[in-house]
Amino acid sequence: MLLIDCPYCGPRAEIEFAYGGEAHIARPAADVSEAEWSAFLYLRDNTKGVLAERWRHSHGCGRFFNALRDTRTDQFHAFYEIGMPRPDVRDAV
Amino acid sequence: MSGAFRLAGRGCIDTTRPVVFRFDGRMVRGYAGDTVASALLAEGRHLMGRSFKYHRPRGPVSAGSDEPNALIGVGEGGRYTPNLRATQVEIHDGMVAVSQNRAPSLRFDIGALNTLAAPLLPAGFYYKTFMWPRRFWDKVYEPLIRRAAGLGRAPTAPDPDHYALHYAHCDVLVVGGGPAGLAAALAAGQVGARVILCDENAEFGGSLLADTYSLIDGLACGEWVARIVAELERLPNVQLLTRCSAFHYGPHNMVALNQRLSDHLATPPADMPRERIWQVRACEVVLAAGALERALVFEGNDRPGIMLASAARAYLHRYGVACGRKAVVVTADDAAYRVALDLAEAGVKIAAIADLRPTPGGPLVEAARARGIEVLPATTIQRAHGHLRVTGAELAPVGADGTVGKGWRVSCDLVLMSGGFTPSLHLHSQARGALRFDDALGVYLPGESIERVRSAGSCRGVFALDDVLRDGVAAGLAAAGGEIGPAWTVMRQDAPGTGGFAGALPRRGPGHLALAFVDFQNDVTAKDVKLAVREGFRSIEHVKRYTTTGMATDQGKGSNVNALAIVSNVLGRRPEEIGLTTYRPPYTPVTFGAFAGHARGDQFDPLRLPPMDAWARAQGAVFEDVGPWRRARYFPRAGEDMAVAVARECRAVRAVAGIFDASTLGKIEVAGPDAAEFMNRFYVNAWTKLGVGKCRYGLVCRDSGFVYDDGVVGRIAADRFHVTTTTGGAAGVLNMMEDYLQTEWPDLDVWLTSITEQWAVIALQGPRARDILAPLVDGLDISAGAMPHMTLREGTIGGVPMRLFRVSFTGELGYEINVPSSQAQAVWDRVWEAGAAFGVTPYGTEAMHVLRAEKGYLIVGQETDGTMTPGDVGCSWAVSKVKPDFIGKRALALPALNAPDRLQMVGVLTEDPRLVLEEGMQLVPAADSPVPTSAEGHVTSSYFSPALDRSIAIAMVKGGRARMGTSLYAPSLDGSAVKVMLVDPVFYDPEGARLNG
Ligand SMILES: [Zn+2]
Repeated sequence: MLLIDCPYCGPRAEIEFAYGGEAHIARPAADVSEAEWSAFLYLRDNTKGVLAERWRHSHGCGRFFNALRDTRTDQFHAFYEIGMPRPDVRDAV
Repeated sequence: MSGAFRLAGRGCIDTTRPVVFRFDGRMVRGYAGDTVASALLAEGRHLMGRSFKYHRPRGPVSAGSDEPNALIGVGEGGRYTPNLRATQVEIHDGMVAVSQNRAPSLRFDIGALNTLAAPLLPAGFYYKTFMWPRRFWDKVYEPLIRRAAGLGRAPTAPDPDHYALHYAHCDVLVVGGGPAGLAAALAAGQVGARVILCDENAEFGGSLLADTYSLIDGLACGEWVARIVAELERLPNVQLLTRCSAFHYGPHNMVALNQRLSDHLATPPADMPRERIWQVRACEVVLAAGALERALVFEGNDRPGIMLASAARAYLHRYGVACGRKAVVVTADDAAYRVALDLAEAGVKIAAIADLRPTPGGPLVEAARARGIEVLPATTIQRAHGHLRVTGAELAPVGADGTVGKGWRVSCDLVLMSGGFTPSLHLHSQARGALRFDDALGVYLPGESIERVRSAGSCRGVFALDDVLRDGVAAGLAAAGGEIGPAWTVMRQDAPGTGGFAGALPRRGPGHLALAFVDFQNDVTAKDVKLAVREGFRSIEHVKRYTTTGMATDQGKGSNVNALAIVSNVLGRRPEEIGLTTYRPPYTPVTFGAFAGHARGDQFDPLRLPPMDAWARAQGAVFEDVGPWRRARYFPRAGEDMAVAVARECRAVRAVAGIFDASTLGKIEVAGPDAAEFMNRFYVNAWTKLGVGKCRYGLVCRDSGFVYDDGVVGRIAADRFHVTTTTGGAAGVLNMMEDYLQTEWPDLDVWLTSITEQWAVIALQGPRARDILAPLVDGLDISAGAMPHMTLREGTIGGVPMRLFRVSFTGELGYEINVPSSQAQAVWDRVWEAGAAFGVTPYGTEAMHVLRAEKGYLIVGQETDGTMTPGDVGCSWAVSKVKPDFIGKRALALPALNAPDRLQMVGVLTEDPRLVLEEGMQLVPAADSPVPTSAEGHVTSSYFSPALDRSIAIAMVKGGRARMGTSLYAPSLDGSAVKVMLVDPVFYDPEGARLNG
């Protein structure tokens, strides 16, 4: 069980959180092309390495936030608020 | 002393406390402290089980948790537990244990004929032998294999015990209570760290429990262990857990422990859990898991009476048991010499020590020679003789080039083998630790890990006792952030052995090694592994799966290194080029009871009860589970079955009025200055023009354009909406609302609050609903003119605050009376009493389903499956054409979501009005459509309609709306097909005159 550091509540066990998929996927305006909208819906990077992803502290404060997690090791490198830019973390492993 | 092989004055058992238990129905006498294995060995009995595939007679190879052979069933009835290791099961008075996988008896087993069939059961036999002919699989092969192969049987009665789950946090978790673990725990504990020390055995000490040679600070090993344990017990910051196996190392230093609490007690306290799972989150972990001695791979190496050398030493010193009268020792390592010396000193005849190494030397070898033990350098074992017990060993010279000379037979009743020691890397590997191959030791050692973990002692290749103690202290200090730790002087110890051997022993001539076992528990032989490589398997992971080596319940503890060496030899590549298979949890098997913990029966899942649950029970309702809710399905009267009761409830709603507990509806309050804008963006509908006091049917799509949820929304105030969702969708809709609000539209000033539990909903539906309700609502005017369909009013009902919705899910004039849940029953009683004069009838979810289907109202999740658009289910009218954006807008314009052949919701009528279709039936073009054929659609809802006095159904059909008036066929599994007509899905009152009345 992961240990997740909610930016609002501090470190809590994974069981308190809900996963929210890849972060920084901007929802396009409604007038984009079919290809752009389909990419928004379905295309993800499937990162092997450091992935920016969304979590929600659903059984705590209820807030969404972003995290950088290495998908190879499950190690977190950063937790940050929605709307903040992705921190500059290189693939460490 | 009981047991012919028990040695007086030896062992840690309590000979003043005799214990009697049963094994295969026979009384066995032992002592407190014995295991099933040690008590049986004390009687001279090695035969304890039959093997998995060939039913070979087997005895214990080890004295611990790595035991692959001696698996037994323990307990009776619901307490029966199969596949326990006899080497770990502590005996107590009255215990009942049985051997496994034998028929009719352990000594005579007809399944052992499988050995004769061994040539037919080669590596990968699952994949090739039984594949053809296909029809033989179900009738012949599978029953045969299931009967012949396997481990213990599952218990047949429910488990009467309870199991506990405990979360714990600590600074340092030390896994393993041998010398390294004890030293680490004491060092960390003394500098103030919160320490948990766990060990899988009944007592701490590890290898020291079987060591009568070494001296630490002038103390024998057992005395030193007692002293250290006493020091640890005095530290309030140290928690000691015995009979507690660390079986899983999860991310972020979460380690799962399984503690056995009561199985070793004859009469455990009634309130004691049988086992407890510990979920430990540790800042730092010290792995002191020790090392396991390797078996040697030779013909007949699985005969009872053949065991690891270290096991014989453990039985001697821990249990006072001599495992035989006359032993042959076969070794590639020095440690077995100490075993031979100890056994000889205890009176066991050592027939010979066969050493695979050409020139063994050193103090242990000299000591053996000095004692008169025959030491045979450059000697191997060719095969073991005997059947139910080993009777002799064929030894043979082996040259420097590996050629084996002519052998000779040495009679014996015990063969002790030692291929050297394999560090236990399981938990380190589960912690995503790297492994590195050590050429000098010929084994893998722990490398770097990404977790906060370090290994200490023999599990990282440190073997000499003084080094082990120093290593443990260093690891404990490093983990705890301390600088000064305890130190001890080891005054006498054996030098760590050199040498070691892995793989199949060399053989004279073209030996086929068909019965030289690599994996005892899964009956995998050296021949199987070689065959797999010859058949083209190169990856060790593939060899593992093809042969099943290392896949038994012991997780390959004793077999993986030998299998790896065989593959390495056949391929002519170094072991590190081949790698190791992944170590998977659990390290040792864990019972289902422990995993389930308290989550059984009523505790399995939270049960949500609507406010009128007690009333419904008093009325004799029949219930159904709807997600986590228990809801009244129907209210049968005497002699009624479900069909009759539901038909009566439906007729009552249409003729008079029905009352229904709709409190499970999800309810969310959307409030704030931007509430209307939020609703506009979230729902496909438009909300700006919805006046205060008005309701609207709302539809939620995902951004994929597919229907996600629906429900009536009422506008309470300009800045406040009372949103309802489906019963099952409430949590998901609120989460989706929060997601968009927090991450896409942080500009909106809106609050979202779940009010599902706060507002109970009493649905009153039927032509007399207004007449019943009007006198109750404290002067509120609910006349048709004042409160038309799809409006809401706030008021009171008998003084209780109320949000009254005039809505209908039945097609009748109807109200949904929202009142605070705490006062819902009182309001319900008032409505019920007022309705009695009219003949109001309670109805359940089944009637609700029928009534809505008669009106063609969809249920999200029944008609829809996550791939339906609003248009597919006939709800295009709900989708705003003017809003610049909403969730799903762009996707709904995609061509694929507007294709004419999409599945569309239609009504379905059978020719025979009595015939009710099965929900889920496929619809095909012709009665005699070929098999296979593509379905044109499928039935989603199907009922008998009392209002129409005939069956009705709803279906999703390709291009269905344009096909109304045409027919399709619904085939049954028996080959017949029913002709059905596609019609409009609104079967009853299509004009809506009744609900607007
Ligand atoms: Zn939080």
